[in-house]
Amino acid sequence: MFTAKIIITLRKTILDPQGKAVEHSLQSLGYNNITDTRIGKYIELKIDAENKIEAQNTADKACTKLLANSVMEDYQIEIIKDGEQN
Amino acid sequence: MGVVVFPGSNCDHDAYHVYKEIIGTDTKFLWHKEGSIGDRNIIILPGGFSYGDYLRCGAISRFSGIMKDVVRFANKGGVVIGICNGFQILCETGLLPGALIRNENLKFICKTVSLTVENNKTIFTGYYDIKEIINIPIAHGEGNYFCDDNTLSGLIANNQIVFTYNDNPNGSIKDIAGIQNVKRNVLGMMPHPERASDVTLGNTDGLKLLRSVADSVCI
Repeated sequence: MFTAKIIITLRKTILDPQGKAVEHSLQSLGYNNITDTRIGKYIELKIDAENKIEAQNTADKACTKLLANSVMEDYQIEIIKDGEQN
Repeated sequence: MGVVVFPGSNCDHDAYHVYKEIIGTDTKFLWHKEGSIGDRNIIILPGGFSYGDYLRCGAISRFSGIMKDVVRFANKGGVVIGICNGFQILCETGLLPGALIRNENLKFICKTVSLTVENNKTIFTGYYDIKEIINIPIAHGEGNYFCDDNTLSGLIANNQIVFTYNDNPNGSIKDIAGIQNVKRNVLGMMPHPERASDVTLGNTDGLKLLRSVADSVCI
């Protein structure tokens, strides 16, 4: 059994108004060294697969079919074998 | 006329009312679990928050039982109109290009806006004049139309932009409020013509659109 940790964010070319608003708020708190704030989604799921590559492929297909919309989003997948240290 | 009802649709009755009671066409609701659109010759994907807008607006509805048949119907040339959440669903299915992202100001905007009819040589807008200004309500949080540059050039070259906002409320690229597909049988728009089609409500600017579609298909 594997755990897939998936992070989905708006593509870099798309303005992220939510990230901008949060960044503005951070700066008003004095964090003037924070830039490029992007807000996304985190999805974690279990995959029953023979090996890491198969788990990666399943997660990849899940992302392209449903979890992310390639018109506006990028995704990153991290696969961890259950029982192994992250 | 078939009005698809998803869990979370909330403009389905408005569309049904306009088609059944005001325009007077044979209109039925289609529950999302049905596998077929049956004998319906126009499909409306209504506004609302199907599946609670979980994941992304329209992302889950796209895989509803009935959507497979709606896609088949549209690919055969069948007429499909997606209003608001329906537009989001059409983009998710790929029947229309692009995507609807969060409004630029992050707010849910509910007000009547002024639109320009950019193309009146469509089955949807034949009763409007070219460049006619109409007032139609919007009610959305994710209506900011986005597509890449290639897609945008295609939309312009093929006259696919049907409506634009005169005072862009949500950040949509090129002020886009509504587009059609290349084959011209699928329309998606964020504004709600069904909310501007009953004299009782004081605005009937949307009625010409809904009537035009009914007349062009049902005659």
